[in-house]
Amino acid sequence: MFKVKYFEAIRTAAVIVIALIIAFLIISLVSDQPVKTIGIFLLEPLSTKGHIGNVIEMAIPLMFTGLAVSLLFRANMFNLGAEGIFYFSGVVASVLAIHLSLGGWLHPLAAIAAGSIAGALLSAIPGILKAKWNANELVTSLMFNNILFGVGLYLLNYHLRDAKAFANVSFKFEKTAQLSKLFAGTRIHTGLIIVLVLIVLAHLFLYRTKWGYELRMTGANREFARYSGMKTAKVIILVHLIAGFIAGMGGSVEVLGMYSRFQWTSLPGYGLDGALVAMLAKNNPLSVIASALFLAYIRIGADLMARLSDVPSEMISIIQAVIILLISAEQFLKFWKNRMLLKEAKEA
Amino acid sequence: MANALLEMRGITKVYPNGVVANKNVEFSLREGEIHAIAGENGAGKSTLMKIMFGMEEPSDGEIYIRGDKVKLQSPQDAIDRGIGMVHQHFMLVPSFTVAENMVLGMEPRKGVGFDYSEAVRLTEETARKYNLAVNPKAKVEDLTVGMKQKVEILKALVRGAQILILDEPTAVLTPQETEELFHELQQLKEQGHTIVFISHKLKEVKAICDRITIMRGGRSEGVFQISEVSEQEISRLMVGRDVVLKYEKDKTSPGKPVLAVDRLGVTDSLGKALLSEVSFSVREGQIVGIAGVEGNGQTQLVEALTGGLRGVSASGSVLVQGTDIRDADILDIRGLGVSYIPEDRMRQGSAGEASIADNLISTRYRSKDMNKGPFLNGSKIAALAASLVEEFKVRCSGPQQPIGMLSGGNMQKVVVARECSTNPQLLIAEQPTRGVDIGAAQFIHRKLLELRSDHCAIVLVSADLNEILELSDSLLVMYEGQIVAYFDQPSAVSEEELGLYMLGIHRQDKEQTGRAVNHV
Repeated sequence: MFKVKYFEAIRTAAVIVIALIIAFLIISLVSDQPVKTIGIFLLEPLSTKGHIGNVIEMAIPLMFTGLAVSLLFRANMFNLGAEGIFYFSGVVASVLAIHLSLGGWLHPLAAIAAGSIAGALLSAIPGILKAKWNANELVTSLMFNNILFGVGLYLLNYHLRDAKAFANVSFKFEKTAQLSKLFAGTRIHTGLIIVLVLIVLAHLFLYRTKWGYELRMTGANREFARYSGMKTAKVIILVHLIAGFIAGMGGSVEVLGMYSRFQWTSLPGYGLDGALVAMLAKNNPLSVIASALFLAYIRIGADLMARLSDVPSEMISIIQAVIILLISAEQFLKFWKNRMLLKEAKEA
Repeated sequence: MANALLEMRGITKVYPNGVVANKNVEFSLREGEIHAIAGENGAGKSTLMKIMFGMEEPSDGEIYIRGDKVKLQSPQDAIDRGIGMVHQHFMLVPSFTVAENMVLGMEPRKGVGFDYSEAVRLTEETARKYNLAVNPKAKVEDLTVGMKQKVEILKALVRGAQILILDEPTAVLTPQETEELFHELQQLKEQGHTIVFISHKLKEVKAICDRITIMRGGRSEGVFQISEVSEQEISRLMVGRDVVLKYEKDKTSPGKPVLAVDRLGVTDSLGKALLSEVSFSVREGQIVGIAGVEGNGQTQLVEALTGGLRGVSASGSVLVQGTDIRDADILDIRGLGVSYIPEDRMRQGSAGEASIADNLISTRYRSKDMNKGPFLNGSKIAALAASLVEEFKVRCSGPQQPIGMLSGGNMQKVVVARECSTNPQLLIAEQPTRGVDIGAAQFIHRKLLELRSDHCAIVLVSADLNEILELSDSLLVMYEGQIVAYFDQPSAVSEEELGLYMLGIHRQDKEQTGRAVNHV
């Protein structure tokens, strides 16, 4: 018999199943060949080495931002600033990738370090505003996304833009700055190793160190943390620094791993997707791996479906919307939990 | 039953955190009676009342009013059916007048505007009808607790309540105010109202009720005619054994003073004095009790002792072990050996979603022996948590269970375990047994006495007079932010006498209260 303690896991699984069923219903209505289309959506991402590569490539930035947002959510900070930081750190890393000449692995290292530090410092601003003056971090971080995008776009247009190119893109990166590929035939780059190491470190930090303990307690009940003698303002600033660092590193790694020029003229959306990843992962660093892979899988599935069938890839946003809606709806399946509780209580 | 006004059958309530508050409870109410629901804290009385008033939906079971099956999904449903409730914590808007509070949500109108004079008239009329004197134009924040309760009762009556539920109405009243309330309830009964009276004070139940339903551990232990059961029998049914709140206290000779409060004054941002000229000292191995009706400065005093003086306009001094803690933060104060059992275990005392172990280490996770290099020492923490859970008899599935799943009493034991196990020099215990069952309360009391034997200085702030009279070595009474009485033999003081001081009717002179400062 199912136990109440597995409720959250079951609920997440149920949400995903419901979202997929809705997707299938929509596909059946829209497509002339629904069975074939669903087959493409579900199986095509896993069919070839290249497609699996696509899934993992897409999962890398999602893991970065998902991890950053998980830590923020864990501290009960509803901060969605990973978006702007991801973008702006990409710009910072690009500057170094274009203008610096360094040997071998030092070049990407320097560029990624610069992007990460820039991310940490920028992220600290909403953190300080929250810790010192209780400014709502959701509002400040969303406004920061706009500011960072504006400044980043300005830098691209007026300082980095390659006039010889036919699009609004930067000069080419130095070859030395780009991250090497891990597997032939795919674009999976060393960023995968970086993010997996980072996730393990974050896990150890969160559950095994006293700073992680302070973070968890502050998130669980800030009043309790303060009463116990913790300096919660410092904790809040620290988690913003760490999350900004991770999101910034994600932007830098993405730019150097996947592109040869900086070419984002709009926000890439990975920051907000990170919030979805974090929600699916229940803010657990290790679970971020699976939830980022899942999201990447249905994204690639939708892309392939758009290419190979008559259903557009925008359909995927419906699935995402359903997932977010149901996961964040606390009452969803509550009646079922209550019934289980009643049953357990009667048996006891 | 022919004349059952309200009946509840097979009521079971399980809260989302797994706490079973009611288990297959039967309850029936006859027209025109005063029906007591007695039981310890946590026995499920309040939950049953919340279900009766539509604030909680039962997980299972049925409710009948005059034989009709009803579903009460909101308090409005209950009000529509003539049920009114006076909550333990008053639901009044402090900055509004009595009349404005009376008509809240059913305001009389004049054109598009609010007809204040009609509200006043309605209040006066209702007050006269039920013989409950209130001043309609007084602001609620200026009223005494007893008056506020009257307003609450009137509020229910003006909405047409035939059944009146009073949730522990005497908890906040002095003995004198309690008597007045009983008189009023008798009058209401004579006018045909039915009253449900929730209490765990047996004397009161005996004094005023016709029948009694006794609850224990979420179950109903039966219904009795009040004349047919003795206090002893009721108490045995309530706790399953005879209660003796008597403790053998070691003879200790108090040592040097640990806490010295000297002419402490605190004013709020509007310049209103919350504390004035508060002076007392607490010595090693001494329990100093602080009694008083809630809201007479105890909260501010406890704040001042636990790090709330920063950024507050205060005069005087608070010395812990000779160190002025005025500018100290909480970490510094805890570093001086101060522990604090907070009044509100949910808001301050624990982090509900975190494990019992995490909750136990929150004040000592920094210490060397809890860490190994950069990491927390998992096995040490597990061992500590396991031994504290065992020592304090916390009923749980293990130290990794989230603390929010525990019952109030067990949650409080975790808080007490944390605060008592760090070898404190000074313990501030604020309502340490509020809302916990008698077994846990006795356990906590023994722990406090153990600490006292180990030369810990203890400040005990409590609204439970029995507890404070029994445990304290000396006793202070607070009224309107001042110390109005000092007793060096609390066990010789009667509750009635204490009541007179708590109500501000009597007060001792400076010389007598000055004895609260007793340096060696």
